Amino acid sequence: MWMWVVHRVTGVAIFFFLLIHVLDTTLVRVSPEAYNDVIGSYKTPIYGLVEAGLVAAIILHAFNGLRIIAVDHSTWALRHQKQLVWAVWIIFVVLMAGFLPRHLGHVFGGAW
Amino acid sequence: MTASSPEFVPGPKIKEPRIRSGRVRPGAEQWSWRFMRISGPILVVLILTHLFVNLMTGDGISQIDFAFVAGKWAAPLWQWWDFLMLALAMLHGGNGMRLLINDYAHRAWLKKLLHGALGVAVIGIIVLGSLVIWTFDPCPVDADLSLLPSFCEDVR
Repeated sequence: MWMWVVHRVTGVAIFFFLLIHVLDTTLVRVSPEAYNDVIGSYKTPIYGLVEAGLVAAIILHAFNGLRIIAVDHSTWALRHQKQLVWAVWIIFVVLMAGFLPRHLGHVFGGAW
Repeated sequence: MTASSPEFVPGPKIKEPRIRSGRVRPGAEQWSWRFMRISGPILVVLILTHLFVNLMTGDGISQIDFAFVAGKWAAPLWQWWDFLMLALAMLHGGNGMRLLINDYAHRAWLKKLLHGALGVAVIGIIVLGSLVIWTFDPCPVDADLSLLPSFCEDVR
């Protein structure tokens, strides 16, 4: 039930980001200056944190989606679906632990 | 006891579901279901690679500017990569949003309005993004050379 909520909320968040992301990338067709100006604002701390949240949403949606497919296709996965929910969260924590220090280092410019 | 006897109770009367799912075309919905399960794993590979290359390698988010994008899209591999990612992600996300509209928008006119807006957004973004990827010029002639990828110097 909670994973169902997580899947819907992260899905909607990713969808709206995708609309914005295609529009900002469209600026490469306007001019290098226009694109660099807008992307420059993505490198500020606030956007840096939003991006971290977005990557978190994508990782959760991705691996929970794979769990849903596994549970639909295999009775083994169906029997172990509780453990698979744990697996989703463990993968999430491991990937975020790899991503966050590097990304926040780039955003805040510290010696990470 | 037989079905014609007056005591026969065929079972509790089932109430209409509170939320009508709106999933009325079983054949189409099966294709929608299949599409989500096929595009999902492909998108996992496409997007996690996209995030890794753009945010983890080199200087991560700090490296992203016009020259970085131009450097990537000079290679057909990344043009096709991003095009496939764009189309599959918009269709996967658009179909997901369609299911949410079916679940939460109960009034017929509202559902119609939201489905219409969603369709325009999905088609519009796919067309716009495809034009950007396939008509992209990494070395625009009137641009400041310092903002362009280094290979533009040889092109000029």
